[in-house]
Amino acid sequence: MKNFVDAYSWINITYLFKGLLITLEVSIISLLLSFIIGSFLGVIRYSRIKWVSGTVGFIIDIIRNLPLLLIIFFTYFALPKLQIHLSIMQAAISALTVFESAMIAEIVRSGINSVPIGQTEGARANGLTSIQTMWHIILPQAYKKMIPPLVSQFISLIKDTSLATIIVLPDLMYHAQIIYGQNNNYIIPMFLAISIMYFVVNYALSLIARWLDRRLV
Amino acid sequence: MINILQNHLSEFISGFGITLLSSVIALVLSLVLGTIFAIMEVVPNKGARVIARIYIEIFRNIPLLVITMFFYVVVTKIFAMSGLTAGTIGLALYTSAFIAETVRAGILAVDSGQMEGARANGLTFWQAMQYIVLPQAFKIVIPPLGNQFINLVKNSSTLAFVAGFDLMYQGNEIASTTFDTINTYIVVGIFYLIITLPLSYYMRYLEKKLA
Repeated sequence: MKNFVDAYSWINITYLFKGLLITLEVSIISLLLSFIIGSFLGVIRYSRIKWVSGTVGFIIDIIRNLPLLLIIFFTYFALPKLQIHLSIMQAAISALTVFESAMIAEIVRSGINSVPIGQTEGARANGLTSIQTMWHIILPQAYKKMIPPLVSQFISLIKDTSLATIIVLPDLMYHAQIIYGQNNNYIIPMFLAISIMYFVVNYALSLIARWLDRRLV
Repeated sequence: MINILQNHLSEFISGFGITLLSSVIALVLSLVLGTIFAIMEVVPNKGARVIARIYIEIFRNIPLLVITMFFYVVVTKIFAMSGLTAGTIGLALYTSAFIAETVRAGILAVDSGQMEGARANGLTFWQAMQYIVLPQAFKIVIPPLGNQFINLVKNSSTLAFVAGFDLMYQGNEIASTTFDTINTYIVVGIFYLIITLPLSYYMRYLEKKLA
């Protein structure tokens, strides 16, 4: 019991929260970037432009089927050989963005697919160009359906950020390791604390996802 | 790239084998666990439902790395085990929560008339579950289960954190001795894609066929 009291000192707790902030910061930046890139890729993949959408689709499939950890290693250890030097933070955000963009592109594509074809036909019959149709008619309806899967994707993004501890990103997981590295008695209290922190953030998000799911359907 | 592959072929192959082995073991374990918790979620007993819900929400919302490291750092102090074992257990527990959700959705997708009909014909709840509902549910959930297996193979790379001697771990070792990071990681990626890419195309084909 004494271990728990000692482990949860003010300094340690604030240190963990600093880690949580980094985790959230990296996740949110990556989410925003990959939302933009992923939407763009998803639309291209849907568009069926000869060669282009096929090639984009194949690249998306490759990225989706690689372990994120490998992409993180590649960004941090292999890109410098190509004269691309990224800080730890930039490398983590880039790796997560590349991986998540591919995931979100698939979500966007299936979201667009779920909009009834009559919507496109109606818009086109009323004289909208295909880009106008996509922007004003299809995407707004598709995004509504995509909100629940996007939130689940965000949850896995927050969890996946922990993998970046391997390139020494000072996130929640890493800060916990620093603390229990100094004192072995703190191992169990630290695992408990970070499990609760991850759980609270992610469970809250999943409740929001469920609520949105019920409201939008 | 060819050089790296030729010089370190045995390491790559053994890493690939460990990745496959650990994924398959974790898949079997998590299928069993996941199915048990999925059934617990649909039984009439409220206590069972609550326990299953808590289990699923805990393992779905905590990063795999935290679970794996917990087994590697904490549990190994009580039960001595290798990084590979600790990692595989972590993987199985983490995946079982997702499989439970998938199987539960499958059970709920089976028309409720099936259960009612079976019960009306005199089968007990468990008989109806075993002979009528589950076989139909598994048919529905094959494509999402396949996708879970793909995730499992990718997630098994966390074994590299706990000295699991898997593909990712071997790749890192080779990268740090040869300094040829680019080619090593490309070879590692190709090995992962050998498992995951055909599987994901096959699952997409199945999804289309079943839809």
